[in-house]
Amino acid sequence: MIRSEILREIAPILRDQLVVCNIGIPSQELHAIDDQPSNFYMLGTMGLASSIGLGLALAQPKPVVVIDGDGSVLTNLGTLPTIANNVADNYILMIIDNGSYGSTGDQPTYTGKKTSLAGIARAAGCENVVEVQDVDTGKALQDALDSGKMTVLVVKCDSGNAKMPLITMDPVVIRDRFMTEVAR
Amino acid sequence: MNIDKKITDDLVANGISFVTTVPCKQLAGVIEEIDNRDEIYHIPSNKEDEGMGLCAGAWMGGKRPAIIMQNTAIGVTINTLATLIQFYRMPLPMLISYRGELREPVACQVEMAVHTKALLTQLNIPTYHFHHQQDVEELDNILKYTFMSNKPVAILTDANFWGGYGDQ
Ligand SMILES: [Mg+2]
Repeated sequence: MIRSEILREIAPILRDQLVVCNIGIPSQELHAIDDQPSNFYMLGTMGLASSIGLGLALAQPKPVVVIDGDGSVLTNLGTLPTIANNVADNYILMIIDNGSYGSTGDQPTYTGKKTSLAGIARAAGCENVVEVQDVDTGKALQDALDSGKMTVLVVKCDSGNAKMPLITMDPVVIRDRFMTEVAR
Repeated sequence: MNIDKKITDDLVANGISFVTTVPCKQLAGVIEEIDNRDEIYHIPSNKEDEGMGLCAGAWMGGKRPAIIMQNTAIGVTINTLATLIQFYRMPLPMLISYRGELREPVACQVEMAVHTKALLTQLNIPTYHFHHQQDVEELDNILKYTFMSNKPVAILTDANFWGGYGDQ
């Protein structure tokens, strides 16, 4: 499965959560598949989805699901020790690990070679690290939400992008409607 | 006046309850004070752009954030300031140790000091420079201004303000 097929499958689960979605094609795909005011789309700033989601989870009690990518986590690896040492049990970091920089033309990342993000997360001190194959994403995400434990979920899948339109919504509108959902 | 306590008191009085830090020797006292305060969740970050992401999330979650860092971090965070904090219009007080100014003992620090104000000006970031200890009296108003305007705001604090670096 490629990322967009996974997102389509888990959209019914994501719909009821606060979602922070990674820059580029992941946000375009989620926006096209199931736009919700409870989705925070990153339009820039590669790498910070996991950090934004952690700040959000620490600040308020609702569950937060971060949809991140292997390339973006690699660019902000310092995030994993911060996550491990600031436990928020309403926080799920779901890394769609397709072994490539999808938004820039599917150049390979090191996670498709020797590097294991699950291994790095465990070494960083994250206590609940789950690695699954694409077909098992829905069950693993639901299990993580039901567990009430901070979870890092690494989803191994194929590289590839669906052709989706750009997000043209104003960033302040994205942020404002998201904050309204947070406060609801 | 205990300057570390005064700064922390102003943060708390302005409802700031989420503070991320990347250390600097000049900031050691204020970081320790923040770490000891029950009203503030102190979350050290490994890099300043990561810290700004944490602050963005905390603010959307209903908390008032602040970041404490060194001016060298301006070089690290320009993209994050422009494409996250400014693009989505978020408030962010940045208490910045202004290394490389008068009474600085480390020559390399001067190399970023000479770019610091120019970069902040280029980014249209409101910038205040604390050089004498009494300048801290402005902090309360600067914090109010930050959350009124929904902008990142820089507070540069140099070695003279902190009572000298290395010769204190
Ligand atoms: Mg990828």
